[in-house]
Amino acid sequence: MKASPVPKIAVWKFASCDGCQLSLLDCEDELLQLAELVHIANFLEASSRVESGPYDVSLVEGSITTEHDRERILEVRRQSKYLIAIGACATSGGIQALRNGASVEDFIRQVYAHPEYISTLRDSTPMSAHVSVDYELYGCPINKTQLLEVISALLQGRKPRVFSHSVCVDCKLRGTPCLTVTRGLTCLGPVTHAGCEALCPSYGRGCFGCYGPKESSNPSSLVSHLHEHLGVPFVELRRLLSSFTTQAAPFVEARKRFPPGT
Amino acid sequence: MSDANDTLSPTESELRVRAGAKSRTISVDYLARVEGEGALFVKTRGDVVEDVKLKIFEPPRFFEAFLRGRLASEAPDITARICGICPVAYQMSSSHAIERSLGIAITPTIRALRRLLYCGEWIESHGLHVYMLHAPDFLGYTDVMSLAKAFPDVVRGGLFLKKTGNEILRVLGGREIHPINIRVGGFYKLPTVTELASLREPLLRARDHALATVRWVSGFPFPDVQRDYDFVSLRHPDEYPLNEGMLVSSSGLCIHPSEFEQHFGESHVEHSNALHAFRRSDGAAYLVGPLARYNLCGDKLPTIAQQAARDAKLPVRCLNPFQSIIVRAVELVFACDEALRIISDYRADGPPFVSAAYEACEGAAITCAPRGLLYQRYRLDADGTIAECKIVPPTSQNQRTIEDDLRAVVAANIRLPTAELTARCEQTIRNHDPCISCATHFLRLEIEDDAKRQQDT
Ligand code: SF4
Ligand code: SF4
Repeated sequence: MKASPVPKIAVWKFASCDGCQLSLLDCEDELLQLAELVHIANFLEASSRVESGPYDVSLVEGSITTEHDRERILEVRRQSKYLIAIGACATSGGIQALRNGASVEDFIRQVYAHPEYISTLRDSTPMSAHVSVDYELYGCPINKTQLLEVISALLQGRKPRVFSHSVCVDCKLRGTPCLTVTRGLTCLGPVTHAGCEALCPSYGRGCFGCYGPKESSNPSSLVSHLHEHLGVPFVELRRLLSSFTTQAAPFVEARKRFPPGT
Repeated sequence: MSDANDTLSPTESELRVRAGAKSRTISVDYLARVEGEGALFVKTRGDVVEDVKLKIFEPPRFFEAFLRGRLASEAPDITARICGICPVAYQMSSSHAIERSLGIAITPTIRALRRLLYCGEWIESHGLHVYMLHAPDFLGYTDVMSLAKAFPDVVRGGLFLKKTGNEILRVLGGREIHPINIRVGGFYKLPTVTELASLREPLLRARDHALATVRWVSGFPFPDVQRDYDFVSLRHPDEYPLNEGMLVSSSGLCIHPSEFEQHFGESHVEHSNALHAFRRSDGAAYLVGPLARYNLCGDKLPTIAQQAARDAKLPVRCLNPFQSIIVRAVELVFACDEALRIISDYRADGPPFVSAAYEACEGAAITCAPRGLLYQRYRLDADGTIAECKIVPPTSQNQRTIEDDLRAVVAANIRLPTAELTARCEQTIRNHDPCISCATHFLRLEIEDDAKRQQDT
């Protein structure tokens, strides 16, 4: 499926830190060229020239946390031929999904003096909970090279070349010695989606899962392994699975297998 | 505010002018080229500005609430996600605050590398703001892409600058956005001397581009505005401030950063999801950011940056908010120069980080985000979990001052045609580079005449 000759691209922000859309502006070498190839019709952070839809491609950052945004994403979907969710917020609800399951009223009271001024939904949810999503790009933040690859694949009407193996595999490809085996460090590399080129281990730090779980991974068995062989307490492992993609299904499942008290 | 129309599209340029004999309503659904989303409401009666509100409809993300119960060691990575444009600022303030709580003293090498990391963020963030967000205002373009058509070499230089800032973040932090090499006490891994040396060549070129930036932006047309700000900044006896210093103000304050909350408060007003900061002494507004740093610490800039400011005829005491773009350019010169100095002195000695056992404790710190002071305070339980924390970002401190600026600008230009006045208001907001995502928002401009309002209701 090919998009129209000079495709119209739009970039949308929902609850987020802006980091994923900033990746586009961080393409210092490619940005001006990209602006020739595509028609950037709506990118508020970068331009005050704004055109109405329909759009060929919408890049969507952030999660849904308000009633207003819930309506806005439906409209974005209606106006877009392809909708691409970029980043952990848009694909899993992001770090702000740590509120899910907690009392939002309590959260509001902790931060704001006048709870009555704040309107928000109970949960922070990914785009896929509200609309059909044509492609999901993982990461907190996404990898800008992958973003460019996804955009050019769409322009050329082919499938994006984005690998779906684990961070662990990338460590082997880079030749980084395994931190868990050689230094006894806790690492989520075996269950985390690739995309960062196994960055943290190359700095001597265990992966903390910012790209979220890879498809068909088994975080529960990693949790048991790390607990049995390295003696990592369950509370610490649960915490590790509750961060930037806390609501991703495999992580939720694994936390259920080892609830507090185990 | 009518929400019916803003469901989809940002129509910054779509001005809905309901013309009436005495009244006008301007509404800009989302303000562009700021980081985040918010709204502006201006109410006038005849030639009098009656009310100005900078509305921030940030869907709250509740960081202070869900940080409770997390380990102190997680704070730098978690707070980084408050803002993708200044993650290093969050990592720095949280690390320093927790180190102060636990009594950790970092090594001179770690201290120097943190300054280097911050220089990277300043170069990236100021480069973004000067070239992509602010310069288009002065020259009448909608964005950097169209600016590049008119000034290809200048923009290429600006992009190179920005890229060099990102390169520092990548080498030292692992990646540009949300660096992974930062921890409480220091770094996971120290860079090698060779790795840092690779930054020298691009930084030399970037410094030249920064000098060219000062020359370029100082030739912009500046509205003649002088504002009587109370500037607040860190000030260090030996250097331009980044991570350390006393908290000083142009009204004579000089306190330790840990005393911040005794002197500055925050209130929650109905029109904003970001808290408004104020001086406790009299409830008045104050200003943080490049203009404040330059006015309070300009004497600590390296010679090359001071000379650039002089050549650009930037006054030593600069009270024109529109000239903040020149100040940012001067700070770009400083950041490139400081980075070069740190790199040439670097020895890669000492441990990558310093640690200490957890204990029940409390501590606060302030560091200089590109947009101004970022305060964080933590109270830890004996096992290192966060019992309570407080975060005061630069934009909530500047919110009231931005409203005061708008009031002044609207009053001085009330006869301007609607479109021009709207543009001037937007530029006024961009002068302070609001980082509204240090929350997340929705900026919308309405200028409404009171007579018309009564007619409507
Ligand atoms: S996924 Fe991470 S980097 Fe991207 S917008 Fe969300 S918090 Fe920011
Ligand atoms: S936390 Fe894991 S996925 Fe994220 S950058 Fe580090 S290694 Fe990559």
